[in-house]
Amino acid sequence: MVSQLTISERQYALATLLLLGLGGLAMAAMGRGDPIAVHGYIVLIFAIGLSFVVMAGYYAPEPDKTRLSRYYDDPTKVGIVLSIAWAVVGMFVGVWVAALLAWPDLTFDQAWSSFGRLRPVHTSGVIFGFGGNALIATSFHVLQRTTRARMPGQFAPWFVLLGYNLFCVVAASGYLIGVTQSKEYAEPEWYADIWLVVVWVSYFLIYLRTLARRKEPHIYVANWYYMAFILVVAVLHIVNNLAVPIAWNAAKSYSLFSGVQDAMTQWWYGHNAVAFFLTAGFLGMMYYYLPKRAGRPIFSYRLSIISFWGITFLYMWAGSHHLHYTALPQWVQTLGMTFSIVLLVPSWASAGNALATLNGAWHKVRDDATLRFMMVAAVFYGLSTFEGSFMAIRPVNALSHYTDWTVGHVHAGALGWVAMITFGSFYALVPWMWKRETMYSPKLIEVHFWLALAGTIVYVFAMWNSGIIQGLMWRTYNESGSLTYSFIDSLVAMHPYYIARAFGGLLFLLGALVAAYNVWMTIRQSRMDAIDAGEDADIPLFARDAVQAGE
Amino acid sequence: MMDVDHDTLVALSKSWGLFYLIAFSAAVVIYALWPSNRKRFTHAKMSILDNDDKPLE
Repeated sequence: MVSQLTISERQYALATLLLLGLGGLAMAAMGRGDPIAVHGYIVLIFAIGLSFVVMAGYYAPEPDKTRLSRYYDDPTKVGIVLSIAWAVVGMFVGVWVAALLAWPDLTFDQAWSSFGRLRPVHTSGVIFGFGGNALIATSFHVLQRTTRARMPGQFAPWFVLLGYNLFCVVAASGYLIGVTQSKEYAEPEWYADIWLVVVWVSYFLIYLRTLARRKEPHIYVANWYYMAFILVVAVLHIVNNLAVPIAWNAAKSYSLFSGVQDAMTQWWYGHNAVAFFLTAGFLGMMYYYLPKRAGRPIFSYRLSIISFWGITFLYMWAGSHHLHYTALPQWVQTLGMTFSIVLLVPSWASAGNALATLNGAWHKVRDDATLRFMMVAAVFYGLSTFEGSFMAIRPVNALSHYTDWTVGHVHAGALGWVAMITFGSFYALVPWMWKRETMYSPKLIEVHFWLALAGTIVYVFAMWNSGIIQGLMWRTYNESGSLTYSFIDSLVAMHPYYIARAFGGLLFLLGALVAAYNVWMTIRQSRMDAIDAGEDADIPLFARDAVQAGE
Repeated sequence: MMDVDHDTLVALSKSWGLFYLIAFSAAVVIYALWPSNRKRFTHAKMSILDNDDKPLE
């Protein structure tokens, strides 16, 4: 990998790592007893570790010019591997926290393994670790193919990919030692947030610079979705994380917002994180890999444009549906509810567009589990956007809010849509990247598909049942006008569903492990072939069958 | 002071907010359906199926 960098790019890398290492050292030295010092050491170790990698390849010969006539895929390859690694970690912790709700003793009496600390490791691990790496890896691939241009430099993509993973590591490790802003999906503290801004701006610049070099006159719709993802996530991240640290050498900070403004800013961020991180980016993935895998162009390109602008402009206003029946002004709640309902139009336009693309290719869906992953993803996208619009209606929300129904809804989207489209895209992309005809085992893709689908259905049905029962129990009054059930009664009623949910999650995790094995073996096969090919080239024919000394 | 802010916001969202979104959606639909854009869109959706995996010089 390092040998593909030019000498000046290797120097850039070392200089950046030196600065990063000094930053880490400063945090560690000035933080003293504060948790920020722990993060200083992590940053320092990260920088030193990567410097060794760069230095080991520093004196390799410069790559030849022919590389410029190929796309630059090394960061995509590493991104895929990192994404799957995060999937396994994030989903394992997910099963653990699910089990904690059924069997609370599974914390083993440790502070770091309490529910409140482990849960954000799960959410950040799967959303940012698994999803974010998948988006970065696939966006680099799609961007170059659809513009027919190579990325301008080789340093920036690595900076974005590895810098982003440093953010993820700092985030997850921080939760375990109690560092959090207590904002959902925005838990990392101020220094991690500033670092992410730097990484994210570089990411957007790669996009703009590659687009400026494009050889295709029109920018393919997948890139619009990826760009909306990058741009809007930057805006959301900066605004929601405006905060004042208590000191430069302390992890703790206080938000610039307070009260209902804070709640509104947080859920404007939170819902648009769902919209632009978990939807727009993955729609970009869908609009490229699904037609590509099916071998058919998207059903209606015009519809994809209309739904793009629909999603971009409507989602911005939907966040307040998270705050029904709160101190937020009634009209703002109504605004959020209305926009959430209108959102169904562009959402179903995308889901329908994807499914209509498969018309005429249904035999492929039947035979090819990779394409089936993408098809099921489009179905779940349609289902969960319908459910989301429905749950945003105030009286429906009165029943669903604060219950497991919300959790079920999120996982219909996260497992059924986001993870399915990602795995489908990976199964299409991995053989392309590692120059193989197919994945190591198509049978294992089939196994993964059924594990993932069964896991999602078990999970979602458990949470629907649990959530509606819970909601109904909380609002049942007896004749004298007081509550029929105590909170603990509802908790007892949830117990079987919590066990079912942990089981559904376990199935999904097993599927991810199968995927990890399949991808790993595909890479290994590709390496073995490369070695064999190398032997063919280097060793004289007559020597190939010669017995080696000592055998 | 707060009342003025609140009322102004409501007035803005009920007038300007409504019209700019309608105007914007009309513009998007016109752009998507404009006859002379058809060729460009058809080219875009077909070109990704091209299996030539190299940047254009």
